[in-house]
Amino acid sequence: MSAVILAADSVNVAQNVAFGIIAAIMIFAALNVVTTKNVVHAALWLVVVLSGIAAQYILAAAEFVAISQVLVYIGAVMVLFLFGIMLTRAQIGKESDLNNKGWALGIPVGVVLFALLAWVILDAFGEDTLPDRGPAPTVALSDQFLSIYLVPFLAISFVLLAAAIGAIVLARKD
Amino acid sequence: MLGAETVELTSGWFLENAWLVGLIPVIAFAIIIAFGKKLPMKGAEVGLASMAATLVIAVGGAIQWIQRTDAADGAGKEAGGLLQAFGRVLPQATEGEAKPFIDPVVTTWVWWQNSGLEFGIGSSIDGLSILLIALVAFISLLVQVFSVDYVRGDRRYTHFFAAITLFSGGMLIMLMAENMVQLILGWEIMGLCSFMLIGHWWEEDANSRAALKAFFTVRVGDVGLLVGTAIIFFGANQWAVDNLDSNGFNIAAIQAWALSGEANTQFLLWGAVALFIACIGKSGQFPLHTWLPDAMAGPTPVSSLLHSSTMVVAGVFLVAQIYPVFWEGFNIGTGGLSFIAIIGAITIVIAALLAFVQDDIKKVLAYSTVSQLGYMMLGLGTGAWLPAVFHIFTHAFFKCALFLCAGSVSHSGSHHSFDMKKDMGGLRKKMPITFAAWIVSTLALTGVFPFAGFWSKDEIIDNVGANSYTFLMWVGLGGAVLTAMYMTRATYLTFFGEPRGAAAGHGHDDAHAEEHEMEHISVGAPEPRSLGAAANAHADDHGDDHGDDHAGPHESGPLILVPIVILAFFAVFAGFANPTPLASRFGEGVELMKTYVEPRATPVVTEEFLASGGPGESASLVEYAVVPSAEEGEEGAKKSGCGFDAPEAGTVCFFPAVSHAEPKFSKILLSLGVVAVGYAVAIAFCVAFYGRRDKRLVGLTERHKVLRGGFLFLKNKYYLDALYENVIVRAVAHPIAKMAYWVNQNVLDATVNGVGVGTRKTGEWVYDNIDQKIVDGAVNGSGWAASEAGHAMQPTQSGKIGQYGALLFGAATVGAIVLVLVNVS
Amino acid sequence: MLAVNFLLLAAALFAIGVYGVIARRNAVMVLMSIELILNAVSLNLVAFSLMTGAIDGQVFALYVIAIAAAEVGVGLAMVLMIYRNRKTIALDELSEMKG
Repeated sequence: MSAVILAADSVNVAQNVAFGIIAAIMIFAALNVVTTKNVVHAALWLVVVLSGIAAQYILAAAEFVAISQVLVYIGAVMVLFLFGIMLTRAQIGKESDLNNKGWALGIPVGVVLFALLAWVILDAFGEDTLPDRGPAPTVALSDQFLSIYLVPFLAISFVLLAAAIGAIVLARKD
Repeated sequence: MLGAETVELTSGWFLENAWLVGLIPVIAFAIIIAFGKKLPMKGAEVGLASMAATLVIAVGGAIQWIQRTDAADGAGKEAGGLLQAFGRVLPQATEGEAKPFIDPVVTTWVWWQNSGLEFGIGSSIDGLSILLIALVAFISLLVQVFSVDYVRGDRRYTHFFAAITLFSGGMLIMLMAENMVQLILGWEIMGLCSFMLIGHWWEEDANSRAALKAFFTVRVGDVGLLVGTAIIFFGANQWAVDNLDSNGFNIAAIQAWALSGEANTQFLLWGAVALFIACIGKSGQFPLHTWLPDAMAGPTPVSSLLHSSTMVVAGVFLVAQIYPVFWEGFNIGTGGLSFIAIIGAITIVIAALLAFVQDDIKKVLAYSTVSQLGYMMLGLGTGAWLPAVFHIFTHAFFKCALFLCAGSVSHSGSHHSFDMKKDMGGLRKKMPITFAAWIVSTLALTGVFPFAGFWSKDEIIDNVGANSYTFLMWVGLGGAVLTAMYMTRATYLTFFGEPRGAAAGHGHDDAHAEEHEMEHISVGAPEPRSLGAAANAHADDHGDDHGDDHAGPHESGPLILVPIVILAFFAVFAGFANPTPLASRFGEGVELMKTYVEPRATPVVTEEFLASGGPGESASLVEYAVVPSAEEGEEGAKKSGCGFDAPEAGTVCFFPAVSHAEPKFSKILLSLGVVAVGYAVAIAFCVAFYGRRDKRLVGLTERHKVLRGGFLFLKNKYYLDALYENVIVRAVAHPIAKMAYWVNQNVLDATVNGVGVGTRKTGEWVYDNIDQKIVDGAVNGSGWAASEAGHAMQPTQSGKIGQYGALLFGAATVGAIVLVLVNVS
Repeated sequence: MLAVNFLLLAAALFAIGVYGVIARRNAVMVLMSIELILNAVSLNLVAFSLMTGAIDGQVFALYVIAIAAAEVGVGLAMVLMIYRNRKTIALDELSEMKG
């Protein structure tokens, strides 16, 4: 696979190298998220994965999405996760029983799914190269949000509001 | 002046920023709601300040509009310092040529868009809208000044000011609307605020019922507004996109479309009908006028504002603003007997008759408003656009003054009662200023020379006659007689004769509050008194912190009197804004309304319109270009030009060439004469009936069968409320419920049963012939298989989410594999 | 850079997330795995946006981020409530759904 990753010709090498390193770290971290025996460690590994995603966004010339990723995921969602872990009094140390009894079933499903996706992706986009674009201007993004995607934007605002209220209602002690 | 000369259209800060008049009240509303209770005057100062600011902008805009028109006409070339040259160059109008169409000043932003349709919000200022904006701002300011004292001590003082400010704001938003969507927005804001204000004292059951009635009755009409807007949109949109680079919601585009000669007549007709139904609801026209008198349940300043310049005028404004649709839809130009004119004429008469049997002073005025709105509609429906709009203008002043006088009387003279027969009488000496203002306004309302109503109402009647609707002209004259008579009755009962009840200084008698308004009085009632007293009982709830309240009738304080006096002043002189009968003597220059308010029926070249981006572009000022009209003015070719012929290719019209009647001395004498007769009869009757209690007249309605029938018919308001509540609601709602039940019981059940029976029969047949012999074995076999499979699958239904997830993703993976294989191979 | 780089990375994250959803017993861990899946999808959207030059992909990536924030909020609140009622968040002990 590394051959595929690094085999691109008409592009600058640094980008490819950076991508490869980050991707390797991300996959390693993601595997740790789903295999570690310690819940808090899993959360911290997840931070690594999410930061990697943000880095990949920057490589993909999507600065604003990258910044949002950092702010929302690493800033807010991870804090929520840590609170969730603490409030549910998961053992901070090792926990032998983090997996289901039927956890092994996940391995074939995951492998088959990945194989399938990889095959389809390679079949469809095998030779396509990504054009070298400059960073997408945030202005263009906001123009989209406030014009043709205005209604979904308003809708998602309501979804967030509803989620916030719902979370409060659910988590309230009474 | 040479025809080749050109002038530039001017604009100015006030015209371009007129959208502020809509924004300021809305912001003021938010401030009052949020901080009002903590402010020293409990929010009133915010409302007053917002209205004052609005008035400044409106007056500035009006002055600049006048300068703009003058500049275009070549009259006032040396435009003032506030104005800037505005780019567009017009050919200089010369003598004998039609005056150029003055473009509205449009400032809009795209509010939202949907599938390529852009909805703008902002302001589109032309003569009509700036006139009414200034009027609304002025009246609102005076009414709020009046309210500071009148509503003082009320338990919802702050909310009152918040609502009344937003109410004016809604009207202003509607007046400056550049498209129908914004117009509907303002229209609905007003509807909501009227509900809040009419039900201001909602603890009284009657008040909350009145508020609901007003809201729902207007809602019935509002359906027409939505349907009409949709009809017009579907009719006009394609044309507007093709010709004006606009859309079917843009009001200018709708005007141009209606006059383009390419409009589908069916769209025009049904659009006009639907929109007029909205106006019937909002402007209290027959048969949806019933909410207006009940709306008197609100505080008096609300009634005054609602009846003079906002709310009820909204319907008239809608007709006046998109007049081309009605012009073409109802064939007003060719003398068609339009729906609008008929409804208006009916409204004039029935409302005036109803005003005779009211004992509540505010209800007399309410029916008077309905009747006057009928005049406006009659004028619009017969092509008398300018007099109708002028009547909106003059009517606002004197009707507002009358309502405020009524409020002043009840505030200081009759201990918060509005009952003329029980608690008033003889107040002219106690309240001289109020009395004088009332008399002046009454003379204005009844159209006595030279007060304001004379110039506008007689113009309507005159033009109706000149447009050869002779019968409707006589209806109008009859209405004028009736107006004189019922106003005399109200004046006599309130200010003359012996003081009665509270007006005589008696302690307030709470007994009358117990008499509830009866929708249908019993047939033998001797002298129905105090009807509507319950609606006024609310007045007891407020204002009792005045130390001098029990000191008998006295003149009101300055905060109440100053607005009344100002309004009375305008009730005298507002008519000189457009004194058509004087035009022959002093030249057309005295007709200010005709010059500055009426849009010119001159074709406009569309090309520059398109080049400048068309309406609805972001914050750009729409510029039109004018071609000098090939036709001669109104004199030569009367039935041609805009509204009669399709405009030439490449040009559009925005307003039909309405005709103007030549004032005749004989007609003026005729209308003044009938008014004088009305006064004479009414005064004689009042003195005889109420003053001397003449035996021949008193109790006539009981003795004389026909008269009693008529009296009861009026007293019960033509039984329209009974019709709506008992007949229509029952006849519609109950049968629907019954029918639904019947359908449920019979049709659906029968269907289900029938299907069941049929299925059973079929099943039996199948059972006998096929099942037993052929399928049975197979079914048994498959049943066994299913059962076994179920047992085998049972462990998967473990209730464990992890396993469910595994199955879900596994199944999805398998499905994806199948899809990929199918697609790839 | 080849387009498949991003897509394969996303596919890998997605598969790992799926494995996590299936294998994990702790509800919080399942939520984390769902985050992995959502991020994989966002990465795909951004990659396609880069590929086609249309900015819409980034718009949708931002929507996904917003939805994910809402989802985590509600999800963790639910986990908290389950924990309060049953003193456990082990998903295999929550078997009321057993048919």
